[in-house]
Amino acid sequence: MSAVTAGSAQRGMSPRTETTLRIVAPIAVGLIVLGVWQFLVSVVGVSDYLLPSPASIVEELVAYWPSVVQATLLTGTNALLGLIVGSVLGIALAALAARWRGIDQMSAPVVASLAVIPIVALAPVLNSMFGADSQFGRQAIAALASFVPVFINTLRGFRQTTPVHRDLMKAYAASSGQVLRTLTLPTARPFILTGIRIASSLAVISALVAEYFGGPRGGLGGLISTSAASSAYARAWAYVVASIALGLLFYLATLGLERLLQRRAPSTTAPHRTTKGPT
Amino acid sequence: MTQEQGVQMTAVEINGVDKVFETRTGQVQALDSIDLTVAAGEFVSLIGPSGCGKSTLMRLVADLDEPTGGTISVFGKTPRTARLDQEYGIAFQQAGLLPWRTVAGNVALPLELHGVASAARSARVTELLDMVGLSDFADRYPDQLSGGMQQRVAIARALAEQPRLLLMDEPFGALDEMTREKMQTELVRISAETGAAVVFVTHSIPEAVFLSDRVVVMSPRPGRIQQIVPMRLGVDAQRAARTEELREERGFFEMVTAVREALHGGSPIATGARGVENR
Ligand SMILES: Nc1ncnc2c1ncn2[C@@H]1O[C@H](COP(=O)(O)OP(=O)(O)OP(=O)(O)O)[C@@H](O)[C@H]1O
Ligand SMILES: [Mg+2]
Repeated sequence: MSAVTAGSAQRGMSPRTETTLRIVAPIAVGLIVLGVWQFLVSVVGVSDYLLPSPASIVEELVAYWPSVVQATLLTGTNALLGLIVGSVLGIALAALAARWRGIDQMSAPVVASLAVIPIVALAPVLNSMFGADSQFGRQAIAALASFVPVFINTLRGFRQTTPVHRDLMKAYAASSGQVLRTLTLPTARPFILTGIRIASSLAVISALVAEYFGGPRGGLGGLISTSAASSAYARAWAYVVASIALGLLFYLATLGLERLLQRRAPSTTAPHRTTKGPT
Repeated sequence: MTQEQGVQMTAVEINGVDKVFETRTGQVQALDSIDLTVAAGEFVSLIGPSGCGKSTLMRLVADLDEPTGGTISVFGKTPRTARLDQEYGIAFQQAGLLPWRTVAGNVALPLELHGVASAARSARVTELLDMVGLSDFADRYPDQLSGGMQQRVAIARALAEQPRLLLMDEPFGALDEMTREKMQTELVRISAETGAAVVFVTHSIPEAVFLSDRVVVMSPRPGRIQQIVPMRLGVDAQRAARTEELREERGFFEMVTAVREALHGGSPIATGARGVENR
């Protein structure tokens, strides 16, 4: 996800140079891409229909600013609600599945099918179920999309407790609530946070794409498709830029949360993307 | 916990205990008809080659596992009741510290689980860390400590609630010789002061001789008690009187030889045999 990560550490740079590089490198890449883009449009003369210039996209962004902000808020709210509900459900159900084998076995096929079905495929169905003027269908889609990675990672995290720690808790005659609080949850924490970080991007993508399938107007997805349909390509791109910003905001916010709570991470390394999300 | 009580009660009584593990490749007889009584306040060491069932026996007393046959009682109760009543403190072969807790947090764990008030808790933790010589490391995390330091934290944790019975599985295995002798002297002092009975697993003959009232020598496959060697360390064999000088006394060396011969089944001693250190 992040453009420049590991790698540089091995080449023996000081931590400060490494941090600077991590921030500067993606910005430099972005500027170069923008420069080449502008060059293609204004000097080589690629048609404005094919590729509007960055300058014209910025113009549209400024001209439609209030609408961009409103659309971002609307889609962002849908994604956030979905992320929260999906994460809470994912953690709760994983806790149940970790505790009782039966629930694990019952939920496994459901979760497996949720993980392979592209969840936005449900968008038209949910839209018609909850009526054309409700945001609920989109929020439900974002929640479903978030649920899967949070559930899978959390369940894995709950299974990471070591035998010596379980023996210790047993020797202390700790109640199951105490075991959950002092052992199981802290062990699972890095896994849960990784699940939420993966879910954050999925929630935004799902909330946005769900808008392509009808329902109330005014969100980023809806405006991208109407702008493109009326040949206002630069404006469509302006909304795309806003979507990217929204996705980044979600990702960075969850990454920040992870950093904050993992200030003191156990020496075992946190898991990496264990599940590829559906889109 | 007065002396009068201490003399009369037995801390641990083991009668005809067998333990068979079912494994995929068949049955493993870990323990075979073990009989052993540990009086209250008595210090008993278990010594024997690797895999002879010392840890297994300790786990049975701690009710972390159940015997296949025979009975165990701890202060006249079943091991389960004794565990629920928190009659023992335990230090495992591995330190088993919680990596997301500081050193102080790890030592405080049992006090926290058993509802000791915060002020009393931190006073006790300070005292314990001082005793194991880790006062300066209270705010460190386990992965910042050496193996021996981690073991000392685990020992402090086992002593936290001043149990009447201490179960210690090779607690000094990871310590350097100097620290090891210091910790042995400390343990002698603590057990004499609190009148706690100690069941102590070790691979070191001098350590067993220095610490114990009796040394239980075990033989492997199936784990049996080969011989119980009482320690007669001079006229005043009071545990509190065991000091550094004792290590250089003639009686000490005689006892070391007695245990070593028991370990080798009375046969002439082949050096370095059967995984027992002679240090
Ligand atoms: N959970 C288990 N399942 C199967 N076999 C086991 C189990 N735990 C122990 N054993 C077996 O029981 C025997 C005794 O093991 P135990 O750990 O008690 O030995 P030990 O005397 O503590 O050895 P060491 O000095 O190396 O710590 C070994 O042969 C071991 O393989
Ligand atoms: Mg062992």
